[in-house]
Amino acid sequence: MPHAVSSPSENMDPEDSVMSNAPAQALDAADNSQPDSSMPDAVAKPATANLEEMFDDDDDEDEFSSSAAIRSDQSSQPEPASQKAAYSDSNILSQFYQRLLPFRPLFQWLNHSATPQPDFQHREFAFTLSGDRYVRYQSFATADLLRKACVSLVPERFEIGPQYSINPRDRKTVLKAGSFRPIMKELVFDIDMTDYDPIRTCCSGAAICHKCWQFINMAIKVVDAALRDDFGFQHILWVYSGRRGAHAWVSDKRAREMDDAKRRSIAGYLVVVTGNEHGKRMGIRRPLHPHFERSLKLLNPHFQTDVLEDQDPWQTAEQTQKLLDLLPDPTLVAALQKKWDSAPNRTSTQKWADIDSVAEAGNLKSINPRQLVDVKQDIRIEYTYPRLDAEVSKKQNHLLKSPFVVHPGTGRVCVPIDVRKLEDFDPLSVPTVTQLLQQIDDWHTKNRDMSEEEKAKVADWQKTAMKPYVEYFRGYVANLLKEEGKGKRSRDADGGAESMEF
Amino acid sequence: MLAASTASRIDPKKRAVLDPRKQQFVKSQWVDQTYPNRMNFYTIPPTEDIALEDFEEWGIARLKVLAELEACQFRNRSPAETEEYMRPVLEKWLRLDSNKSRSPDMHLQRKKDHYSHWTLRLAFASTADLRQRFMRLETQLFKLRLQADSADERRDFIKSLPMSWEMLDADEKATWLSELRAATSVRKDDEENWFKVDWEKVPDLVERRQVLLKKGKAYVHVREQTTMVLNEFTRSLESGLELAARFLPRMDEDNRLAPILHHLSQSFVAPDASYNENNGVSDMTNIHAGSIDGLSSHFPLCMQNLHRELRKNSHLKHQSRLQYTLFLKGIGLNMQECIIFWRKAFKLITDEKFKSEYLYNVRHAYGDVGGDANKRGRGYSPFSCQKLLTEPLPSAGLNHGCPYRTYSPDNLIALLQNVGVGDRELLRAVREDVGRMRYHIACNRVFESTHKNEIKKVKDENLWNASELDTILHPNEYFKRSFLLKNLSLARSGDIGVDGPSQGSN
Ligand SMILES: [Zn+2]
Repeated sequence: MPHAVSSPSENMDPEDSVMSNAPAQALDAADNSQPDSSMPDAVAKPATANLEEMFDDDDDEDEFSSSAAIRSDQSSQPEPASQKAAYSDSNILSQFYQRLLPFRPLFQWLNHSATPQPDFQHREFAFTLSGDRYVRYQSFATADLLRKACVSLVPERFEIGPQYSINPRDRKTVLKAGSFRPIMKELVFDIDMTDYDPIRTCCSGAAICHKCWQFINMAIKVVDAALRDDFGFQHILWVYSGRRGAHAWVSDKRAREMDDAKRRSIAGYLVVVTGNEHGKRMGIRRPLHPHFERSLKLLNPHFQTDVLEDQDPWQTAEQTQKLLDLLPDPTLVAALQKKWDSAPNRTSTQKWADIDSVAEAGNLKSINPRQLVDVKQDIRIEYTYPRLDAEVSKKQNHLLKSPFVVHPGTGRVCVPIDVRKLEDFDPLSVPTVTQLLQQIDDWHTKNRDMSEEEKAKVADWQKTAMKPYVEYFRGYVANLLKEEGKGKRSRDADGGAESMEF
Repeated sequence: MLAASTASRIDPKKRAVLDPRKQQFVKSQWVDQTYPNRMNFYTIPPTEDIALEDFEEWGIARLKVLAELEACQFRNRSPAETEEYMRPVLEKWLRLDSNKSRSPDMHLQRKKDHYSHWTLRLAFASTADLRQRFMRLETQLFKLRLQADSADERRDFIKSLPMSWEMLDADEKATWLSELRAATSVRKDDEENWFKVDWEKVPDLVERRQVLLKKGKAYVHVREQTTMVLNEFTRSLESGLELAARFLPRMDEDNRLAPILHHLSQSFVAPDASYNENNGVSDMTNIHAGSIDGLSSHFPLCMQNLHRELRKNSHLKHQSRLQYTLFLKGIGLNMQECIIFWRKAFKLITDEKFKSEYLYNVRHAYGDVGGDANKRGRGYSPFSCQKLLTEPLPSAGLNHGCPYRTYSPDNLIALLQNVGVGDRELLRAVREDVGRMRYHIACNRVFESTHKNEIKKVKDENLWNASELDTILHPNEYFKRSFLLKNLSLARSGDIGVDGPSQGSN
């Protein structure tokens, strides 16, 4: 092993300390009993420092799966390195944890009640510390203890895992296999711009702009509608991932308690295999399932403006070939090819219209006009339909970055997105941690005449651009708790469901 | 009460008590079982007293069926092949006649099916692994039978189930008709009926987008009912087994059931076959000490191995000798010939030593000496595969037991090659079987491969019925089947025998 773990803090079980860049073999060795389809992702992840320890854990935990933003971090960041260092500067981050991160509502959101219960207390938190150390299976009795740990350890970010059957810190004290297992976690989704690289033309890699952010908007609309209308979920929190994507957390009790099989089936329902640049059909059956009918209704306007006009995806000869590959009729393809060769400057919007006009002019041979409509529908789905990282959603024990932490690459806070005002959300104007701390200072300068007593009534986040996001989050959590309280009362009235019946 | 007529003849002490009231197994649910349907969801435990013998015998019959079903699975038989293979097995061990048949045995068949399910449920509740296997196999059995049901009997059965099928009424249907059709791929001539359930009840249909979803409810086409019944069967069995597992410790008090249940669950680890007196071939050929070498080509690997060791060393250690002697007894070698066999085989020792150290063991195995019980039972029974697969592993240098289990994979493959089994594909499959601890499957695989021409012949020409080709669970069964298959023409002409026509047979 290349590194040694440096001075483990007293708050941590030193055995839990792990590092990134440990040999992939170590992870393979511990994982070989359970091949993980998300392996390419996992290999890049930190692995345990001590091989023995991993085998020790082998039977009481599932393979390591996490959405840690490794993927985001490996691509180059447009901002200067010195600035990046500033975002993870431990002094700045420590202040952020101390003054700005809304631990209280975050606690309530995960705890589903105002008073601590196992929903929160048996939750796994995983910390990414400086020096690429990664610590799993942390848990906290109260919101304040979580806050204190953050202030003293200053993690670059932390992730949230499931509630376990016992306190994850005690997992080694149980000897019986299977008695340490995940029992509850929000249903989560991860949408990342990388998956759109084959179809976006404005940016690539880590960069985003307002044009390509529309893809994320489209995805949020479609997934949100399906979760609400089809599955009946109501408590869905969308969160900006801090750079170029978004996460969803579904907190309905029915969603939280789903086993992996049910999570898989929801992921399967929503995911369409795209990225078929080789002319492979997507295999969407006709008549369209109502979920696709609704999705297309939401997506069609975006296809016209955000895809055809803004992305202009079929400009170059090479890009045009991609479009032609998606058309199954050789006669039509030949006719279009001829037309576009002689007029190379036609825009994507024009080319899209050309397909119909050239077809109507008698160039459709191997398929009928009805089938051509389906083909064009498939192409629209390919260019607009959400591209989800399905693996994230399939496992109850998957770790996902917490809302409100700071993205170490951009310094932006992972703020919630209010879907009712989705179009208003601008990822590029989400405040960075340095801006926020400056805003606190500015507020104090501006209000220097205010009495200390008056000042004390204003929380730090209220002095900054965090205010609307925290307020939205508090409202969201209040709704969740209200619903949860209702459920609890009616369950108690039932006298418990523990009857022994065959 | 039916119990009075069926069980009164039996000594009350010998009755197995499955009475749930006495066992506090469920809340009071005393229902006279009338079995209106061929199929059973097994939600209600048996309520009548039954004879201990039936309790065990019915459990063994069901076990036989489940073991064959599992063997089909291990052998990757297709659903159609499985169905064909299982038909005679079910016929023989757990026959269930339809209502239409008006069979006089109907009630007893259904009772046996019902009771044997519950017996095994108790026997296999003890560990998570056994529960899983039992659940999987019972679901498969249930599916097999449901598919074999006639359409109207299946419909009546499904109607009787305690499931919440909320059929869509006309209004709801009219409102969502086009969406319902699109979502569930209903074609022009399909029945237009749907029902509503929580989506969690049909996760696989959701995953394939074969249902309409509205606010957490799945609208399912009636054609999916079978799948849902199966899911529900598995689910209710799963919770039933968990409950049984919690209940099990309290059952230890009933010391009459415990050994039976233990034996049954042991049998599930390696299916048992009791020794069948008819597994010998002495009625077809004259078996004597000198014919063993010739016959050994029909021996299963465990016995061939012992035979080879014996010839190589002119000696076998005690455990091996016992295993081999009983096997030879089973194929029809009488005691006198057996003694001659061993005397000749141990050619390096004196008569005196043989008499003092080995003779007694052979006679004991045949029941010629020993206590009254041993004599009455004519000595020990030949060991079954289960016995060989569950006894402690032999220490180094000893060769008894089942080589599929006791040999390392490499040594096993070498041994098979030495006895002439060389097909690479076969050896690869054997290696996989033993890697998964499916020893008897590996052995059966070798048998089927080395007898494939003969098996094809008896199948093609309908010489044997299917149950005569079921999974081999006893070394003597292996021998007999091999002998018969390799002597098919002789058997038909009546001219059978390894070294000449038999005098003993007709
Ligand atoms: Zn862009």
